[in-house]
Amino acid sequence: MKTLLILGGGTAGTMVANKMSHHLDPLEWRIIIVDENETHYYQPGFLFIPFEIYSPSDVVKPKRDFYPSNVEFVHSQIEIIEPDDNRVRLTRDNRAIDYDYLVIATGSRIVPEETEGLTDNGWRENVFDFYTLEGATALNRFLKFWKGGRLVLNVAEMPIKCPVAPLEFLFLADWFFHERGIRDKVELVYATPLPGAFTKPKASSILGDMLKDKNILVEPDYMIMEVDHDKSVIRSYDEREVPYDVLVSVPVNMGSEVIDRSGMGNELSFVPTDNHTLQSENWENVWVIGDAADVPTSKAGSVAHFMLDVLIENMLRHMEGLDPLPKFDGHANCFIESGFENGILIDFNYDVEPLPGKYPLPGFGPFSLLKESPVNHWGKMMFRWIYWNVLLKGGEMPFESQMTMAGKWN
Amino acid sequence: MTTKEFAGATMEVNEEGFLVDPQMWNKDIAVAIAKEEGIDELTEDHWKVIEFCRQSATDNGAAPTLRQITSGTGITTKELFKLYPKGPAKKVAKISGLGKPEGCV
Repeated sequence: MKTLLILGGGTAGTMVANKMSHHLDPLEWRIIIVDENETHYYQPGFLFIPFEIYSPSDVVKPKRDFYPSNVEFVHSQIEIIEPDDNRVRLTRDNRAIDYDYLVIATGSRIVPEETEGLTDNGWRENVFDFYTLEGATALNRFLKFWKGGRLVLNVAEMPIKCPVAPLEFLFLADWFFHERGIRDKVELVYATPLPGAFTKPKASSILGDMLKDKNILVEPDYMIMEVDHDKSVIRSYDEREVPYDVLVSVPVNMGSEVIDRSGMGNELSFVPTDNHTLQSENWENVWVIGDAADVPTSKAGSVAHFMLDVLIENMLRHMEGLDPLPKFDGHANCFIESGFENGILIDFNYDVEPLPGKYPLPGFGPFSLLKESPVNHWGKMMFRWIYWNVLLKGGEMPFESQMTMAGKWN
Repeated sequence: MTTKEFAGATMEVNEEGFLVDPQMWNKDIAVAIAKEEGIDELTEDHWKVIEFCRQSATDNGAAPTLRQITSGTGITTKELFKLYPKGPAKKVAKISGLGKPEGCV
């Protein structure tokens, strides 16, 4: 009996379990998935919680509801991965699992302790994150009764999970404070380590104009050094002080601690992975999917989905003694909520930046690329249903894994 | 493509002033670019960072990010900002004759 072991039962790991359970003969293979957490979070939904568009119950379901019945689920922390010995040790019952193939899908997490002063006295009082359910819920409680002031959103360091989320947060904040009738009393500031609104030039300029139109101030090239809670300012390495009444932080993102403990990670504990085959750079029976990989594209569920078919095909090829194919192109696509029931969609890969156009059907859409439209907003709203009912279960989606230039213009 | 003269040699540079071909780089050019960037003298610590960046780019095909520099050289971010004020990752990449760091996606 051979073993396929999947570490992490989030978006990526669950999709791999579902797909692989169809491909592998149960008389020959056992599939095991390990996760320390019983709850599956619909992470894109965290963004909506501070603004009362979603409540916590909208974004949680039991993980086990999404695993296929022929997969063994082990609820345990992972103590260490020993890739030279093809073995993973778990904390629960000191169990050790020997594997033939390993899929690492341990994701990324926020590490607020990396920024000096961030978790001091004000943490979750007037300093919040929205990348955890606790953070998003605490921020909702704060904003509910807030009378206005200066809200600063700071991104500590790139890369972060879902690089458009900070922009969406600001667009939604602008809308939310309008609805509450206090937009005039609120100053919105975006302090980012990037030179502008986004990482790629064309999108950066269009999104930058939107920030300007919505009267959101940008503090570019801002590398935060510390949070000074007593003075209510953040300070950058080049000694720019930005005062705040409420600070919303996107802290440093890192891979799982077990990656670091096992000596398998880079300087941010992400796993060195071939950009195009998704095979680990160091062990040929180790494969990496989703946020855990160090590949230079966005960390997002859509990317994990586009990685999925490439990863599955390459593992199956490898099992047959064939070389993996370099088919992953860094494809990402993201709905950006822009407030007032509008949204923007962007579609890009390693080589091609987000461009205007129509998606997924060239010339028709129904979604507009790099442009605000109500249809894009409804796409994002519908996506939660698709996520729970189709995507996680490994169902077919009406898009190709590889990006296409059809329907786009420069 | 524009050209620019550094230390008596004519170099191709992109619109942001980064050398187009890292192979054309040498230490005299580094000193000249550093002067333009407001760094009058390159100390031993400056060179330590430059050498790390050159090596890292040879190994990985791209200029390192700020965090790769700090974890690779042991120099803290604060010290790095003193050596290369404002944006150190970008500045040191320029002085090292490398492309702009693409750490962010």
